[in-house]
Amino acid sequence: MSKRPLTLRQRESRAGLAYLSPTLIVVLVVVVLPILWTIMLAFQRIRLINLRRAGVFGEYTLSNIELVLTSPGFWSSLWTTVVYTVGSTVGSIAIGLVAALALRGRFRGRTLVRASVLLPYVAPVVSVTFVWTILLSPQFGLANNWGARFLGWDRPIAFLSQREYAFDLSFFGLFSWHLEIPLALLTVIAFESWRYFPFAFLFLLARLQAVPQDLEEAARVDGAAPTQIFRHILLPQLSAVIALLCVLRFIMTFNKFDDVYLLTGGGAGTEVVSVRVYEFLTARFDVGAAAAQALVLATGLIVLLAIYLRFLAPRVEGEE
Amino acid sequence: MIIVLLIATLFPFLYMLLLSVRPIEQLLQDPGQLWIAPSEWTLSTYREVLTSVDNGGQGFLRFLANSAMVSLAATALTLLVAIPGAYAVSRLRFTGRRQVHFLFLSVYLFPSILLAIPLFVLFTRLGLRGSLGGLILVYIAQTVPVSIYMLRNYLSTIPESLEEAAAVDGYSRLQTLRKVVLPLAAPAVMANALYVFMIAWNEFLFALLFLVEDRADWTVSLGLAQLSGGIEVSKTVLMAGSVVLTLPIVIIFFAAERLLTEGLTAGAEKG
Repeated sequence: MSKRPLTLRQRESRAGLAYLSPTLIVVLVVVVLPILWTIMLAFQRIRLINLRRAGVFGEYTLSNIELVLTSPGFWSSLWTTVVYTVGSTVGSIAIGLVAALALRGRFRGRTLVRASVLLPYVAPVVSVTFVWTILLSPQFGLANNWGARFLGWDRPIAFLSQREYAFDLSFFGLFSWHLEIPLALLTVIAFESWRYFPFAFLFLLARLQAVPQDLEEAARVDGAAPTQIFRHILLPQLSAVIALLCVLRFIMTFNKFDDVYLLTGGGAGTEVVSVRVYEFLTARFDVGAAAAQALVLATGLIVLLAIYLRFLAPRVEGEE
Repeated sequence: MIIVLLIATLFPFLYMLLLSVRPIEQLLQDPGQLWIAPSEWTLSTYREVLTSVDNGGQGFLRFLANSAMVSLAATALTLLVAIPGAYAVSRLRFTGRRQVHFLFLSVYLFPSILLAIPLFVLFTRLGLRGSLGGLILVYIAQTVPVSIYMLRNYLSTIPESLEEAAAVDGYSRLQTLRKVVLPLAAPAVMANALYVFMIAWNEFLFALLFLVEDRADWTVSLGLAQLSGGIEVSKTVLMAGSVVLTLPIVIIFFAAERLLTEGLTAGAEKG
């Protein structure tokens, strides 16, 4: 039996796959197979106790999905997830943009300042959430103490455990509104914007530095105001990065678990879907329902991504 | 504007540091006071947080050792897997290259809570829950795609002619990778190693799912989160724990800031 010698091209292809195989195996075993298994679990009535009986050929049923879609609190938690995600995405990109514009010029200590601004993003999530909880704590937090001392708050505000915060807003006694805001959710959004603005900042700064200087100078010579320069020269240059950031931040925040879990434990109107999945898994040991919810989360994400790819992506890709 | 930004980002860290050296009675008495004289500072919080449980402390030294072990192992193994992978993706033409790319992107963007369920179930079944090995495996899978992406960007800047020259000299492909490509890519590999280390060190969800039962297995993140829920441990001691958790990351970050940000934003200009 003589085999034909492999062509150079074939050998390269083999080497390529061989070099990549450890990666593929790890990803397959720890990512792809578990995902497939989740999909199977989502269609079986499984709790951790009867898991042993469950196999590939178990009884398939839609009851989990039905249970999830009709269970109290699911739709509101999906809505919470959307509000939280959109709020945090917009917040982090807006702050990141301000930071990138503020720190792009030359000034003393620039490198150090730029690096320092990245700290919220690189620091461990557990310690930053912990510091925020202490900072905002009604008992011994600095925020409430200073609020009472300098802003005249008459009682401490429980930023992370109060669902609604009602207050009256009046303008010189002329108009007066009674407002109710979802306090805990807004606090979590504020935290998220704070923690992830450095991510947006990094990308925006990198892009800003690639903007040709002479364009801006020419505009300045022509007497354009800074806001005009921003709107007509910088913003068009940044739009592709901003679109990319929106997608990335949206996906990542949509899936986020630890930040919300650590800040509020999902209480006070901040129960996002991933925290709910965790609750189903560890508190109720209802594996099937947990998997079904996770699946709904992932499906939602895929639908949104598909919409994005359909309507917005061509513009972004055109920039490449 | 710059000052405002700096205060907004750094204040929580400063607050963490200041609280960690304050005596707890002093904090409860006057929570609004930010600065206390250095003569009043106490290091007993750090002593308590680091002393082992047997000696009446919180045992963070043990947690630190766990975290260090998990993170170092995950880093080493990720590199071992990712370097050949990145080389293949950047240099070799093989069938299915595009699909691989897509696979990695989806791993990167996939909800980790979705992965958590089957892995939780699987590890429970295999009795791997509570083992650091299982955790390391999960971390490798999570960091490999990003690593390959970061390294690929760098490897493709190395001129191909160097490798051709090595081939002419009779080097095999593996030798070329080890003796020619790797030394040239050292800065990128370094940046990537630090990045993986930081991800593994900061990780919380999987540590919570896999290690929560046995205190001896806890990582620093998990230990801090578990202990902060209760009331037994005073907040200032836990602040010292936060500092202990954060400090290695801050040191690594400032030491290699340039390498890290360049690695992260490579390709950002392209959009």
